[in-house]
Amino acid sequence: MKGISIAKSKNETALLKESRYGPLYYLRRDWQLYVLLLLPLVLVLLFKYTPLAGLVLAFKDYKIAKGFWGSEWVGMEVFQELFAKPDFARAVRNTLLLNILDLLFSFTVPIFLALLLHEVKNILFKRVNQTLLYLPHFLSWVIIGAMAYQLLGEGNGMINNLLATLGADRVPFLQQDTNWLISYLLIGIWQSMGWGTIIYLAAMSSINPEMYEAATVDGASRWRKMWNITLPSIRPTIVTLLIMSLGGVMGGSFERIFSLLNRATTEFTTTIPVLVYRWGIEGGDISRATALGLFQALIGLVLVLAADRIAKKMGEDGLL
Amino acid sequence: MKAVSNAPVGSKKRFDVWGFIIHAALVVVSLVCLLPYLHIVAKSFSEDAYVIANKVYLLPKGFSIEAYTKIFADASILRSLYVSVIVTVLFTILGMIVTICAAYPLSRRQLKGRSTLTFIFLFTMYFSGGIIPEYMLINNLGMLDTLWSLILPLSFSAFNLLIMKTTFTHSVPVSLEESARIDGAGHFRILWSIVLPLSKPILATLSLFYAVGRWNAYQDALFYIKHNVDLRPLQLKLYYLIVQASESFQLEATQVTLSNPEVMKAAVVVFATLPIICIYPFVQKYFVQGTMLGAVKE
Repeated sequence: MKGISIAKSKNETALLKESRYGPLYYLRRDWQLYVLLLLPLVLVLLFKYTPLAGLVLAFKDYKIAKGFWGSEWVGMEVFQELFAKPDFARAVRNTLLLNILDLLFSFTVPIFLALLLHEVKNILFKRVNQTLLYLPHFLSWVIIGAMAYQLLGEGNGMINNLLATLGADRVPFLQQDTNWLISYLLIGIWQSMGWGTIIYLAAMSSINPEMYEAATVDGASRWRKMWNITLPSIRPTIVTLLIMSLGGVMGGSFERIFSLLNRATTEFTTTIPVLVYRWGIEGGDISRATALGLFQALIGLVLVLAADRIAKKMGEDGLL
Repeated sequence: MKAVSNAPVGSKKRFDVWGFIIHAALVVVSLVCLLPYLHIVAKSFSEDAYVIANKVYLLPKGFSIEAYTKIFADASILRSLYVSVIVTVLFTILGMIVTICAAYPLSRRQLKGRSTLTFIFLFTMYFSGGIIPEYMLINNLGMLDTLWSLILPLSFSAFNLLIMKTTFTHSVPVSLEESARIDGAGHFRILWSIVLPLSKPILATLSLFYAVGRWNAYQDALFYIKHNVDLRPLQLKLYYLIVQASESFQLEATQVTLSNPEVMKAAVVVFATLPIICIYPFVQKYFVQGTMLGAVKE
């Protein structure tokens, strides 16, 4: 008798649990939260997830007349054609080249700059410098492109005018391939170096001042303290940011390159996003451009996942 | 940010050579950031003749505001400015609403399905359809050559969501929220009366992220605003005007011949950056805070 009633009540509580903690229960209890999520969810599904379906165009021979559904399936044919294009190999090379060079320079300069700023004790001096250093980050790439031509242009750029006044030859900074590459990198450093110091400075500001005091008592020089206290303290930050940047070497800003390129320099300016734009939106070859974009996105995803694994292996916070 | 005193205690009297070099180097690097802009400003106020003769460096030669009067007489530039203002305002409002609506539920521990929903939102940071599928979508929705193509697609930003979600999780004391719940407040009430007022700094920061990002971007406008020239935002107008130089300045009917477009170009650059330069000194600290928050993951 007793046993049965226990079994029954157990059964009842189980039933109760089931009904109390079913999805409907949560939906009723937190309906306001789900209502709030509706608008963002609709926008994300429409503008971020629907385009993923469009990626099937990379496996079809898209014809405007036949439309999205009517165009023929061609399997990997588009990719085979894509890989055979000389432009494709060049775009991949340029994307990797520009991003890896950026990683070497645009990534390291902020570290040096942050180390220098950290040495400044006068707060006003530091503030004024930081305000000026952050300024380029707030200018759009169109503006930076326009300024670049006004400063570096061969015929009437300010720097070339200065060179001419000093009796030197004018340099085609933006009109010759190798020069263009160097200018592109320098402009990137110029734009991002100040802003890049913020995270390092934040990490440095949490260093215990007693460490410096102790080192000073022990007779350590400025460089010694920089090398043995400041740098080791920001090492985790450097490693995390480096790994994050490694995940992005297949990416890169379309706007930056597009506002700096010109007809005279085609060697290094054709990167993957530029080629996607040229083929797809200017040329109307939707399938091939989609395939190229998909190729880039997949490699980018693999790189991000790899970066995440490396970060976690090294004991840092992962990205995901 | 506290200045850390790490000067050798004993060597105060001696001239600190390296200290001087560090300060000098910083001044030089800061000037490198400022001078290009200063040159453009100088050029924009100079008289044509001096610019043609390549004589203008950092100070205007022969002061003239002719270029600016021409800009304010150019209907197409003013229209672009108007488009940019409208788009930036609407985009910022929508972006903030979307971000708040997503960040608050995702920051609540009791939300069932929280990790799945968070994944759906944040996955978009690492994989996307890319330029062409997004272009096809905008095309199929009939939004090419409309302002909606500049407002809706980018209004959700996974990066901004992450920042706001982290802030909502940490900035609002659980006890405060619980006492509100005991008093019978629902989620709408808690969000509106407790969470949002407590998160004002981050709301300011993210509004600025949205506004400045929208103001400066031109990639989507380049893709989506093709035929309806009237809807070009300012940055795209500048692209055609200056970088590509495929379009000439539309001056008043009296057909003023422009001896040298360089002054005009410089003036347009100053004109387009003026809103940013004006607010920049005041909002810089919000940007710095936001960037630091973006680096801190939950």
